[in-house]
Amino acid sequence: MAEKVLMKGNEAIAEAAIQAGCRFYFGYPITPQTEIAAYMAKRMPKIGGTFLQAESEVAAINMCIGVASTGKRVMTSSSSPGVSLKAEGISYMAGCDLPALIVNVQRGGPGLGGIQPSQSDYFQATKGGGHGDYRLFVVAPASVQEMVSLTAHAFNVAEKYRVPAMLLADGTLGQMMEPVVIDDITVEEHDKSWALTGTKGERAHNIINSLSMLPEELEQWNIDRYQRYAQIEKNEPMWEEYMMEDAEICVVAFGIASRVSRNAIRAAREKGIRVGMIRPITLWPFPKEMLLASSEKVKAYITVELNMGQMVEDVELATRCRRPVLSANRAGGCIPSPEQVLAQIEAANRLGGEQ
Amino acid sequence: MAQTQMLFAGFGGQGILFSGKFLAYDGLISDKQVSWLPSYGPEMRGGTASCSVVFSDETIGSPIVSEPDILVAMNLPSLDKYEDAVVPGGLIFVDSSLVERKVRRTDVTTYYVPATRLAAEQDMPTLANMILVGKLIRETGVISTDNIDKIIEKVVSARHEALKEQNKKAIAIGLHYE
Amino acid sequence: MGKIVFQKPKALTDNPFHYCPGCTHGIIHRLVAEAIDELGIEGKTIGVASVGCSVFAYNYFNCDMVQAAHGRAPAVATGVKRSNPDNIVFTYQGDGDLASIGTAETVHSAARNENITIIFVNNAIYGMTGGQMAPTSLPGQVTQTSPYGRDVNTVGYPVRICEMLSELEGASYLERVAVNNVKNVKLAKKAIKKAFQNQIEKKGFSLVEVVSTCPTNWGMTPEKSMEWLEQNMLPYYPLGVFKDKYAQEEAK
Repeated sequence: MAEKVLMKGNEAIAEAAIQAGCRFYFGYPITPQTEIAAYMAKRMPKIGGTFLQAESEVAAINMCIGVASTGKRVMTSSSSPGVSLKAEGISYMAGCDLPALIVNVQRGGPGLGGIQPSQSDYFQATKGGGHGDYRLFVVAPASVQEMVSLTAHAFNVAEKYRVPAMLLADGTLGQMMEPVVIDDITVEEHDKSWALTGTKGERAHNIINSLSMLPEELEQWNIDRYQRYAQIEKNEPMWEEYMMEDAEICVVAFGIASRVSRNAIRAAREKGIRVGMIRPITLWPFPKEMLLASSEKVKAYITVELNMGQMVEDVELATRCRRPVLSANRAGGCIPSPEQVLAQIEAANRLGGEQ
Repeated sequence: MAQTQMLFAGFGGQGILFSGKFLAYDGLISDKQVSWLPSYGPEMRGGTASCSVVFSDETIGSPIVSEPDILVAMNLPSLDKYEDAVVPGGLIFVDSSLVERKVRRTDVTTYYVPATRLAAEQDMPTLANMILVGKLIRETGVISTDNIDKIIEKVVSARHEALKEQNKKAIAIGLHYE
Repeated sequence: MGKIVFQKPKALTDNPFHYCPGCTHGIIHRLVAEAIDELGIEGKTIGVASVGCSVFAYNYFNCDMVQAAHGRAPAVATGVKRSNPDNIVFTYQGDGDLASIGTAETVHSAARNENITIIFVNNAIYGMTGGQMAPTSLPGQVTQTSPYGRDVNTVGYPVRICEMLSELEGASYLERVAVNNVKNVKLAKKAIKKAFQNQIEKKGFSLVEVVSTCPTNWGMTPEKSMEWLEQNMLPYYPLGVFKDKYAQEEAK
């Protein structure tokens, strides 16, 4: 078994990617994720891999498209403003059915925003960001250990369904250190007959392309892609339940917000409030069925987020608006305190009592 | 649940992050749950720096220490900013060569160590932080003194062999400071 | 039995070109395909199509192809080449793609001396979108978005890519050719073949700029377009080798 080490989240992502067989990394410096690039710059040359600091985020994501076209594992990472720049390339990846991993260690926005942790790219990650009908497989780790396991998992899922995947973290998770063991990484083998390798004169030429001038053809491509998305929605949702057995109040939080919520939930339990948490680990597919089932017992939901409450609508949709959905949130790089979350749990508890 | 929340704060360049990292490595060696979270960004160079360390027997919730059990304040702005956040009954360690005022709280235990002066006297001006760490270990027992050498081996890179002895010396000064 | 005097290069598919009558893309496609045939590299070549009139290049070249976003072909080619260094990787880009929206990708792939081949078709106009001003449109040139002629006081001057890149230490081989007459077509063929040969020999970044026409959007007959090219384009975009690092080194 691998040794337990103390590692920053950013470094853990990088090492996990390498262990998952990624030998190509393209990026551009931006706080608070530059450790990923620095780690790759150090490691890749020693293992026959490629690290290249691109001239721009735009170039970096397109270099990823180049490698992905050849059927190999490739990754880029950035933080919010940089991911906006990559949006074009991400849309092309989706349109070309190319697997790759994009890491977003989020910071406050919009615009240049700030450099402190945020989750305000939730919409961008789960609803689009780039143009066109497409989805990303989006994972949201909540610990350094999970940054390892989900990095590896995201590569596998991306290749299985030929979709780009995004690991959505934030400045806190990227910068914090926790003990971590980097093992148990499985590299799945998936069909790569579509990859560009040169025909060697033995097959018809492969074309990686998102363009069609025939509306019916382009529509069919979209329909086919959505059939794969349906498979992902069926097979790949991940979530964690915490103290949900008897919960009447349910916190919904991912990433760093779920950790703050844990403190608040423990404190609320000490006060006798029956509160628990559903932590989405995949943000797309969103754990809709689980949330809907929980609404049989739960009286009210609270999203805890580092944004203006972007996930509220997804919880409302998943639970079909059967219960009120409150939010305990901070934005701009601020983090909700356990006290703030506790206060909202108490408010939800009173609300629940009135019904 | 046994949990200790520690906050180190001071100027960038005082080794704030390193102090926290030193303690965090004890968590690794002792198989405790531990998290270490630095402040980051341009303020690291000359502005204020802080670092949260949490020890716990079970899964750590928030790694952000907003109500520390233990505060180490290496400059006045840090004491001003975090004094009121310390939990009642908590501990505050102050570098008294840089912070002229006393702690105002009466419901906490306070330790004053002129760490910057002591470090300068020993010709290791960059290690005031580790003198405070030594004092913290002495007063809290939050880490075992047996682990000090092992941690030094992990956190000080082999390239800086001489620094290992210096760090040990600085911690020892803190450990023996009355 | 008669001797075959003309046939389609193997590196071209049977798909008929969609290009306008008189367009020089057909000639340039053919020259690229002939170079690939003659070097015997079709089976290991990977092409990168760009956005512009040549966006469908993936339908015409028989090798593996990827279609890149506007301006990003050199970045995509960088990824392909880094992943498969034994493959021969080329991009085929127009002036809007390479010299406007993709200038950064062009400059930096040259600066890195990426071992790729770039075919740059400069016809001083945006063809696919219907004739707007290009980064290479000439001073005074009337286009849909410069209806009073390109005014250098407000929109600046055309970009001479070969001259600009020649200042970069990284770029290996830069040549400007034209396809306005038989002699120049032959020279263009030679340059394009050399740009591929360089890659085989791992000589690094090779770019051939092909000065060409756009009869449709210039609003001229193909013949008149050639005249306009000679009278207006060539004085501003002189033909020749702007950099040949290895030839220069050998000469020393």
